[in-house]
Amino acid sequence: MSTYSVSDASAAAAPRAAVTLSNLSGSYGVGLAASLAWLAFGLSCLYWPDVGDWSRTGSLGIGAIVIAAFILFGTFSADYLGGAGGALRKRAPWLLAFGAFVTLWELATAKFAWLPLPFFPPPQAILEVYTDDLPKLLDSVFASIKLQLGGYIIGATIGFLTGVSIGWSQKVGYWVHPVLRFIGPLPATAWLPIAFFTFPSSWSASTFLIALATGFPVTVLTWSGVASVSNAYYDVARTLGAKPSFLVLKVAIPAALPHVFVGLFMGLGSSFAVLVVAEMIGVKAGLGWYLQWAQGWAAYANMYAALIVMSLLCSGAITLLFRTRDRLLVWQKGVVKW
Amino acid sequence: MVVSSAAEAITYPAVGAELDIEGVSHAFDIDGAVLPVLDNVSLTIAPGEFVALLGPSGCGKSTLLRLVAGLEKPRTGTLREDEVRIAGPHPSRVVVFQDPTLFPWRSVWDNVALGLEAQGILKAQRHRVDDVIELVGLSSFRNAYPHQLSGGMAQRVALARALVNDPKILVLDEPLGKLDSLTRIAMQSELVALWQRKGFTTLLVTHDVEEALVLANRVIVLSDRPARIKADIAVARPYPRHRGDPYLADLRKQILGLLGLEATW
Ligand SMILES: Nc1ncnc2c1ncn2[C@@H]1O[C@H](COP(=O)(O)OP(=O)(O)O)[C@@H](O)[C@H]1O
Ligand SMILES: [Mg+2]
Repeated sequence: MSTYSVSDASAAAAPRAAVTLSNLSGSYGVGLAASLAWLAFGLSCLYWPDVGDWSRTGSLGIGAIVIAAFILFGTFSADYLGGAGGALRKRAPWLLAFGAFVTLWELATAKFAWLPLPFFPPPQAILEVYTDDLPKLLDSVFASIKLQLGGYIIGATIGFLTGVSIGWSQKVGYWVHPVLRFIGPLPATAWLPIAFFTFPSSWSASTFLIALATGFPVTVLTWSGVASVSNAYYDVARTLGAKPSFLVLKVAIPAALPHVFVGLFMGLGSSFAVLVVAEMIGVKAGLGWYLQWAQGWAAYANMYAALIVMSLLCSGAITLLFRTRDRLLVWQKGVVKW
Repeated sequence: MVVSSAAEAITYPAVGAELDIEGVSHAFDIDGAVLPVLDNVSLTIAPGEFVALLGPSGCGKSTLLRLVAGLEKPRTGTLREDEVRIAGPHPSRVVVFQDPTLFPWRSVWDNVALGLEAQGILKAQRHRVDDVIELVGLSSFRNAYPHQLSGGMAQRVALARALVNDPKILVLDEPLGKLDSLTRIAMQSELVALWQRKGFTTLLVTHDVEEALVLANRVIVLSDRPARIKADIAVARPYPRHRGDPYLADLRKQILGLLGLEATW
């Protein structure tokens, strides 16, 4: 599958990377340094006074020191911790880098104000959002997931069915192809103004837009997947007694599935963009709206907090899709690791 | 033209069907031009007979097999299986192509089960799949995926996928062409053993004269495109045959001559 040629490169690179990493952390040095970085972060929170008024500085400092203790303990007992110990070792360089980063961030914002406030809030301000504004944030998360999931499932289903139909039937292709060419390349967000007053609710309008953003790439890739199935497969199946329904369901669709997943990935990416814009402009809920609201109040910490959550959600969704793909396409030789 | 009557003295089990190719001509349209591929080919194959087709590359052998399989309709002439006109593909006539064309998303077992599944009789007949996988010696690979198989194993799976349907006519399009010579010889004997046991009619295309002589009751030599039957040669020799048999060596020389390759002998 040419689509997955990346996998060969990453597969070849992986063992080498693993070797150097294990050399690095073979000694306890990196783990120790990571622990020290987090200790430094904790102490920097507690030692200097804040330049502003933040209520979570103390708990953040103590939390960081607890993390430092955990890293220290984990580093020296990694051999007895089984899988968790190995995972910690592998991530020690990242823990070190991240510890150093938050320390620097803390110093540059809360302690010495090297970066202009309030545009660059300190870590404790973001922690404060997560503790004090949790209900609203969670509401937004659920609203976003609901909207995204509904639109994505509708768009992916319709896109898949359309793609199979035009890949299979020339008659359907004759009618749908020009429509697809005309509407497909248009960014879904261009429909926003129209959608918001033609649909009964902003929620249904957004669902439509997300479905549209998902549907186009899924349709095109499913279509090309079905169209590129080798005739040899159909010949074999036909001589073995296959009827047209079997050819579609058991030959064309499985053969096209790798392409379909590429479409699903692309659709996911473009639908995220639509989701955020739709929430900012029309829907009065969700993380996009939360961002908008936070900007209105100049609550910069809330914006960063929401961004972090959003990024975790998007990344989680992509991971989920990759897992599904890996499970369904075990028969493929090499696939991209996410 | 060397035409000798087919080895009628040999009796065949009744499983195989008679294949009747009558005045078949075929052509393809390429860029508006007509490319004649088969020219008035007539051939009757008795039930259970093993016939090999030999001919220059590109002469139309695969095209003839596609017509027999019912994947295409001839421009003129008719093909009949047991007196019934062939109008489309049917699992009583199964083709094994040169490329094994296994479905990469199906395990070995599921590939072999394809025919029964397509005909909607898999549920009641699962043992047939197991039996035929056993027959081709791949029981320990039943759950493997095609990319985990060697070329010879893949071709055996393709053979099993055909045999599971208990075909009356087995059509083989250079099925061993891509295998190394050792695997090839091993699979040739397996093929003869299978054919003798099952009794299906076999139509084999090969570019290997020796293979044709070791396997077939009858060797049909085709001309350059458009293919006409140049010779119909009976190979009246019992199985298992020996490659060094002087009778076969004689025939080989004769056939190479027909193919215009005396010089290489
Ligand atoms: N579907 C097709 N369309 C056009 N030309 C074809 C098609 N299939 C085969 N041919 C042509 O017919 C000729 C015979 O092909 P084929 O039967 O595959 O030969 P071979 O004897 O090597 O199996 C070749 O010249 C090939 O180019
Ligand atoms: Mg051929």
